Amino acid sequence: MKKIFAFTIFICCIILGGCTLVEKDDAKNILYVYNWGDYVDPETLKIFEEETGIHVVYDTYDTNESMYPRIKEGAIHYDVICPSDYMIQKMIANNLLQPLDFEKLPNAKKYIGEKFFEQSRAFDPDNKFSVPYCWGTVGIVYNTSLVKDEVDSWKILWDEKYRNEILMQDSARDALMVPLKIMGKSLNETDKEVLEKARDMLIEQKPLVQAYVVDEVKDKMISGEAAIAVVFSGEALMIMLENPDTDFVVPKEGTNFWIDSWVITRDAENVDNAHKFIDFMCRPDIAVTNFDYLGYSTPNIAVQELEEDEDYKNSPVAFPDPAVYENQETYIYLGEEMDRFYNRQWMRVKVE
Amino acid sequence: MFRSVGIRNLFLAPFCIWAGVFIFVPLIFIAWYGVTNADGNFSLENLEMIFQTEFFRSLEVSVILALVSTIVCLILAYPLCLILVERAKSAGLIITLLFVLPLWMNTLLSTMAWQTILEKNGILNQLLRFFSLPDFTLINTSAAVVIGMIYNYLPYMVLPLYVALSKIDLSVIEAAKDLGASTWKTFYKIILPLSLPGAISGVTMVFIPALTTFAISALLGGGKLLLIGNVIEQEFTFEYDWHLGSALSIVLMIFIVVNMIITLAFDNSHEETSD
Repeated sequence: MKKIFAFTIFICCIILGGCTLVEKDDAKNILYVYNWGDYVDPETLKIFEEETGIHVVYDTYDTNESMYPRIKEGAIHYDVICPSDYMIQKMIANNLLQPLDFEKLPNAKKYIGEKFFEQSRAFDPDNKFSVPYCWGTVGIVYNTSLVKDEVDSWKILWDEKYRNEILMQDSARDALMVPLKIMGKSLNETDKEVLEKARDMLIEQKPLVQAYVVDEVKDKMISGEAAIAVVFSGEALMIMLENPDTDFVVPKEGTNFWIDSWVITRDAENVDNAHKFIDFMCRPDIAVTNFDYLGYSTPNIAVQELEEDEDYKNSPVAFPDPAVYENQETYIYLGEEMDRFYNRQWMRVKVE
Repeated sequence: MFRSVGIRNLFLAPFCIWAGVFIFVPLIFIAWYGVTNADGNFSLENLEMIFQTEFFRSLEVSVILALVSTIVCLILAYPLCLILVERAKSAGLIITLLFVLPLWMNTLLSTMAWQTILEKNGILNQLLRFFSLPDFTLINTSAAVVIGMIYNYLPYMVLPLYVALSKIDLSVIEAAKDLGASTWKTFYKIILPLSLPGAISGVTMVFIPALTTFAISALLGGGKLLLIGNVIEQEFTFEYDWHLGSALSIVLMIFIVVNMIITLAFDNSHEETSD
């Protein structure tokens, strides 16, 4: 049925946009890239096109979940994608990816830190399918002029003092991760009773929360709209550069160590070009350009050396002390039923 | 207008194709997805999901907020329209134009503007602080969402009401007064019943979009308020459960259809009495 629906839409697309399709057929030396919005410096794409003569068709998505169905239904063929850890596992499980040929990826072998391949085994057990591109943790950004307590624990998010000053992440896994860590549980918890307890903690916290946010967190923390927020480390770096009154902490209870990696789809038509692209992205000069543009930590070991901006180079948020990511967990795919259970619990919090 | 049936059909064809492809076919898909499960078998399990706490609560909140904003719109619009029709036509036109203007601006943009007004360090609070008044933070509450709804949908209430009221023949009102009816009696015996169709279509035009909105609650509710529109959007885009999303859409459509039936019933009874 979904196929029929996709087909109907496809027909409509042909009727509406017939001309653009004709244009695409002409170019043979092409590569279809599907990436997070604002996740490479556009300049690097230009350099790639100039150096290789491969025309890059670049599309973006905003969540792993919105990317997944488009790949699964196969309505459009993309060659290279950059999903997150647990989504890569889900795509491997559903046979949507193809193994990479590391012989064609010399830069990846040379410059991507061994530590990151190790951590990747949580979702890609044999390191066959993915090359790490960005990584980070989730922690607390707080405004030092508004928060006088020492911040080292997630528990501060339950402190009455900060009523209406707290921003939480608006996604099931990231929200539930916080109470799970406070309870000392795994962030890949599958015990339903524990999850319900975590949910109840979030419901209890809700009156203190100013808003559940995604990308808005940056603006709100920079403008001082809130005092404490749960944020991804890359965003934290940007907030701290824009608003010097803020600081970033990885709570002592532990957090999520996430990795976004390049993968090649099973149905990719331009496999050679895809390898060239991934290897290009691992080249130190390109990795530095992207790092300056994104602010997300890079697994590329050559970058810190090459980095020229002192603010970035010496930032413990961009290049953290290895101790920060020792023993941190990475999200893994918990199966469809468990995913739904997580989402239901989160919905429950939101309707209370 | 057209004598030949053939020519008439020819002119009808574009609309029929449009309606077929973009209204009828999607509706069939929604209905199909709503009553099947992931295996493609007939099942009502997804429809029954609406009775689960998460979904029922969000529907409940949506209905309450939509009702509140509809009532407020009606209270705001009715006196305004009464004043409008009594003004000289030109002045009335300008005021109407002022009310219709927001319609020409994108809903998202105007809702974002409300975000900047209501924020903690927003325009409203800056004004209050300037006059040394205490802060008044509305953002991320249901009140903020209701304000957003009223702002966006008020024109839909004003327009049909204004049309209905301006169509009332002045001589009818004069006759009532000649025959000794007080102003109050003229209002509820003459003006109110004659403006009722306008009020009812206004109520429908405000209630339905308010019930189904997801953008306004997402922007002004700070993610703390989950309306049924948000739930459906999530099911389709995030969870990729089209069956559940469709089933919830069907439930929502039931509300809309009931609303339309009430409107029709009022319209008919009104026509009978006026005949």
